[in-house]
Amino acid sequence: MNDFTTWDIVRNLLLAARWTILLSIVSFIGGSAVAGLLLLLRIGKSKAGRVFARTYIEIFQGTPLLMQLFLAFFGLGLFGVDVPAWLAAGLALILWTAAFLTEIWRGCVESVTKGQWEASSSLGMGYLQQMRYVILPQALRVAVPPTVGFSVQVVKGTALTSIIGFVELSKAGTMVTNATFEPFTVYGVVALIYFALCWPLSKSSQILERKLNVAHRNH
Amino acid sequence: MTYVFDYEWVFEYWPVLLKGIGITVELTLVGGVLGISLGVFCAWVRSLGPTWARPVVTAYVEMIRNTPFLIQLFFIFFGLPALGVRMTELQAANLAMVINLGAYSCEIVRAGIQATHAGQFEAGASLGMSRIQTFWYVVLVPALQRIWPALSSQVVIVMLGSAAVSQIAAEDLTFAANFIQSRTFRAFEAYFVSTLIYLALAITLRQLLRGLGWTLFPKRTVR
Repeated sequence: MNDFTTWDIVRNLLLAARWTILLSIVSFIGGSAVAGLLLLLRIGKSKAGRVFARTYIEIFQGTPLLMQLFLAFFGLGLFGVDVPAWLAAGLALILWTAAFLTEIWRGCVESVTKGQWEASSSLGMGYLQQMRYVILPQALRVAVPPTVGFSVQVVKGTALTSIIGFVELSKAGTMVTNATFEPFTVYGVVALIYFALCWPLSKSSQILERKLNVAHRNH
Repeated sequence: MTYVFDYEWVFEYWPVLLKGIGITVELTLVGGVLGISLGVFCAWVRSLGPTWARPVVTAYVEMIRNTPFLIQLFFIFFGLPALGVRMTELQAANLAMVINLGAYSCEIVRAGIQATHAGQFEAGASLGMSRIQTFWYVVLVPALQRIWPALSSQVVIVMLGSAAVSQIAAEDLTFAANFIQSRTFRAFEAYFVSTLIYLALAITLRQLLRGLGWTLFPKRTVR
């Protein structure tokens, strides 16, 4: 039997962490794009659009991410395609991320006071112009810290994709444990790598919040 | 798509689902009560407790908040036995949920405590209240009232996150779904039904917590 040094363990886990990072980035970017569309529906004028966005958010925030992953994995399979784990993982994470980002951003848009809408409309601006030049620039400042903060949840969410068989940091942790029988060390290192990925994001979210000092700007 | 959906199995396997629901509810209840208690204690340490203990609590909170629940669970269930700490699947699941919710609710409660004006302490002291009394009546209860909505959402998030405990073979609702799909080969249907159950649980839990908030804090003293 081979002996595994601690460096072997760490090296293999670090290599697997690439996939955690890649999946996080894909989910975050894809989720942002979907969230942008949902946000337009959520705060738009059409009632059907608002109901759709609300229902979407309720479903994705009210069910476990793990179940969404299972449903994506087995649901896509119903169409007779052989679904690779990365596809189901990416799809489920994008849809899940979108639900949370939509709610976060809606709060930010609504935090822009009503007077701003009235002022811009009194200047003769249309809805799109109001959004483009008055509301979104202000909402964006408010949105940055919580959005960065949510990215931590996305990175942590990718851990669940190991359960449907996507080989990223968590799955690699299980595989390395099975080879080395050293769960304490392996999961300890896995936790540290996740911490190294997430903590800078958490911290920068806090710093941004203080810097933009958005909570008390409108008073 | 030529697939034919089949939900016949529900009639045969509903006791399995029911047992799974029971375990999920039990985990949420124990995790919720103990987790929030741990969170309140940690929030007290971080804002008013002994100075030496504050960095310890901060490290705990940061460590938990920046790692996935799944890894915390694996570390407790697979890692700790290496140190001689052995426990059953359910105990490990419960412990992981308490530790997880403890860290999150610490941050939430602390935010509520920080919003309390410093003059409130002096006001409490001038009324002859002890430090503990001041903390309880003047600081903690209004703080909890203030942050109750955030705390409620966190409990729902932890309930939904508990789906991961099936991975250490704790027999919760997700475990029941896994079991059923392995017997019936109706994977999509099994997960679809359990997803709906989770949704119903989440909505019910949210309403219950809202009602509990009204019962616990009948007088609205916080502006």
